Amino acid sequence: MIQIKNLHARVEDKEILKGINLEIGAGEVHAIMGPNGSGKSTLSSVIAGREDYEVTQGQVYFDGEDLLDLDPEERAHKGIFLSFQYPVEIPGVTVSNFIKTAINESRKARGQEPMEAREMLAKMREKTALLEMDKSYLSRSLNEGFSGGEKKRNEIFQMAMLEPKLAILDETDSGLDIDALRIVAGGVNKLRNENNAIVVITHYQRLLDYIEPDFVHVLYNGRIVKSGTKELALELEEKGYDWIKAENA
Amino acid sequence: MSDEILDEITSSDYKYGFTTDIESDTVPPGLSEEVIRMISAKKNEPEWMLEWRLDAYKTWLTMEEPEWANVNYPKPDFQAISYYSAPKRKPELESLDEVDPELLRTFERLGISLDEQKRLSGVAMDVVVDSISVATTFKKTLAERGIIFCSMSEAIQEHPELVRKYLGTVVPKRDNFYAALNSAVFTDGSFCYIPKGVRCPMELSTYFRINEAGTGQFERTLLVAEEGSYVSYLEGCTAPQRDENQLHAAVVELIALDHAEIKYSTVQNWYPGDAEGKGGVFNFVTKRGICEHSAKISWTQVETGSAVTWKYPSCILKGDNSIGEFYSVAVTNKYQQADTGTKMIHLGKNTKSTIISKGISAGHSQNSYRGLVRVGARAENARNFSQCDSLLMGDLCGAHTFPYIEAQHATAQIEHEATTSKIGEDQIFYCNQRGIGTEEAIALIVNGYCKEVLNQLPMEFAVEAQKLLEVSLEGSVG
Repeated sequence: MIQIKNLHARVEDKEILKGINLEIGAGEVHAIMGPNGSGKSTLSSVIAGREDYEVTQGQVYFDGEDLLDLDPEERAHKGIFLSFQYPVEIPGVTVSNFIKTAINESRKARGQEPMEAREMLAKMREKTALLEMDKSYLSRSLNEGFSGGEKKRNEIFQMAMLEPKLAILDETDSGLDIDALRIVAGGVNKLRNENNAIVVITHYQRLLDYIEPDFVHVLYNGRIVKSGTKELALELEEKGYDWIKAENA
Repeated sequence: MSDEILDEITSSDYKYGFTTDIESDTVPPGLSEEVIRMISAKKNEPEWMLEWRLDAYKTWLTMEEPEWANVNYPKPDFQAISYYSAPKRKPELESLDEVDPELLRTFERLGISLDEQKRLSGVAMDVVVDSISVATTFKKTLAERGIIFCSMSEAIQEHPELVRKYLGTVVPKRDNFYAALNSAVFTDGSFCYIPKGVRCPMELSTYFRINEAGTGQFERTLLVAEEGSYVSYLEGCTAPQRDENQLHAAVVELIALDHAEIKYSTVQNWYPGDAEGKGGVFNFVTKRGICEHSAKISWTQVETGSAVTWKYPSCILKGDNSIGEFYSVAVTNKYQQADTGTKMIHLGKNTKSTIISKGISAGHSQNSYRGLVRVGARAENARNFSQCDSLLMGDLCGAHTFPYIEAQHATAQIEHEATTSKIGEDQIFYCNQRGIGTEEAIALIVNGYCKEVLNQLPMEFAVEAQKLLEVSLEGSVG
C-alpha cells in the first residue's frame, strides 16, 4: 500500500529523517517506537504532507502513486489519515459540521455527490456508539474545551467516519487514562480490516497490548534501526531505549 | 504559505463590479441652498420638509468633518458631488413586469432575483436604486395589518404627520457632520411603521445600490415600532466598481416604543477599492435607536465592503427594563479601513446591553472596534456584557480595540472581554489533512469564528452573509 524508500527530510536546517525504508501492505498493523526526538512525528507529518518539512531525498509511493507531489488534502482524498498528537481547536465549528465538510470534500474530489443527510446522521450515530461517545459531542465546537482524552477519542471518531486506507495514529495513547485507552483501542480494532493499514506511533508498549501489531519498528536518530514482530516491543519495554542507543552509538 | 494567502486575497476581484445602463436624471454637482431647494422641489415636498433641510444645511455649514476615527482618507470635495440622481422613468409599479429589464438583470447578477425573493422567501423588498424606489412588494399583506413600509419620499407625501413627529428625534440634524449633511440632502430611503401590538409577519428588506458615477447616496431610514409591536428589518447592499471614491452618508433612526422589539440586520458589501486601495465607497453612517419602557433593539451587521467605514449603530436605553444588543462582523481586506462599534447609553433602570464584535483583518487593512458603554446617574442595576474579538490574517493588517466605559451609578455591572487571534497554519493543516482544501478551511474557520453573530441573522440572510464572507476572503489560499 505504501512504500517509503530512503526518505530524508529536514526542518529548517536540521536533518531529522536520514533514510527511512518501510513498506506497509493492506491489512497490516505496524508499530513505530522510539525515544523522543527520533523522528516519529516527523515521519507522520511528512507522509501527511505538512509544509514545514522538506523532503531532501527519497520517495514515498501510495498505491503506486508518488505521494510527495500531492497536497495534504489530495493525500487525504486518497485515503491517508493522521490522528494528531495535538489536535487543534476550531472554535464555532461543530464536530458534526467539520466531519460532514471533510467527508463531502473527499467525495467531491472523487467525483461523488455529497452524502445524504440521513445517511450522514446514521453514520455519525453508529460511530459515536462505537467509541462510546455521547451524541452531544457532535454539537460541540471541534476540540474546544475537550479534555486530552476527548480529543483523542474525537480523532478516532473522525477516522471511523472517513474510513481511510492508511491511518497513522501519532501517540494516540498519550493523555488517555486506562478506560479511555481501552475504548479507543477497541474502536481502532473494529476498524481494522484486510483492506486498510494502520501505523501506530507510540513510546510505550502499553497501547500495543490493545492494538496488536503485525510488525514493530524501532526508529532512532532518523533511521529504522530494528524491525521485528510484537515481541520486539516487549523486549524494548524490558530493556529500555538505552539498549538501542548503546547498539547505535 | 501566508504570503501566498495575502497575495491571493489582495488580487481577488470585487465580484459585483459592474454598472447598469439606466437613464438617469442627475442634478449638476455641488451643494448650495439652491440645490437643496431643487431636490425638495423635484420631490414635490411640503414646505416644512424644505425648511427642515435648509436648517440642517445651515448647521452643516458651521460644522467640521470629524477627525477622531482611526481612519485616513482624502476628504471628499462636497462641491464635486451630485446630490440627486433618479432613474428617468419613475414608474408606479404593480408588478415586476413593469420594472426596467436592465435593472432586473442587475439584480440577477447580484444573485438577488426579486422574483425569487418574492416567491421563495416571502420577503417584501423596497428596492432603492440611486436614491429612488422603483419597486415595492408585498405592500398589500402589510397594509392589511396597518403596517406602512414605503420609500421615505412616499412617506413624506402620504404620512407627513408620522414623519414630522419622529424624523430627527433620535439622530438630530446637528448630531454630527455627516448626519447634518444627510438631513440637508437626503434623497430617499425607507420608512416603516408598525402599529400597536402588531407583529410584522415577514422580514422587511431593502437592497441599496449606488449606481450613478459620482453620485453620493444619502439614505434616510426611519423605523417606528409602536407599543408592543415587533419587526425584523433587513438591509443589504452591493455597489458597482468605481474608480473615484463614492460617498455614502446614511442616517437610520429606530424608535421602539414601550414593549416593542426591533431587529435590524445589515449585510453591507460596497466596493472596497482595488488591490492598491484605489477607489471604493466611503461609508459614514449614523445609526441609532431609542428604546422606551421594556423595549428591545437588536442591531446585527455583517460588514465586508467599503474603503472607509465609520459606523456605530447605537442604542439609547431610555425606558426602564429596556434591552440593547449589537452583534457585528467586520471584515477588512486589501487597504480597507473600518472604525466601527456601538454605543449603549443606559438611562433607565434595569437596562441591559450586549455587545458581540468580531473583527477580521486581512491584507493591508486596519480594523478598529470603538465602543462606548455609558451608565447614567439614574440607571440603577444597569448591565452590560461586551466581547470584542479580533482575527488577523497575515502580518500587514491591524486590529484595534477602543472600549470606553462611563459609569455614573454604583450598581452598574459592566463586563468586557477581548481576544486577538490568528488563523493558524496548524488549523489549516488540520483541515487539509481531513481533505478540506485551504480555501474551504478558511471559510469554515471564519464562519465558526463569526457564528455567534451569524446566528442572529434571519436564516436566508445568514446564508447570504456566509457566502459574502467567503467571497470577501476568497483566494486567501496558498
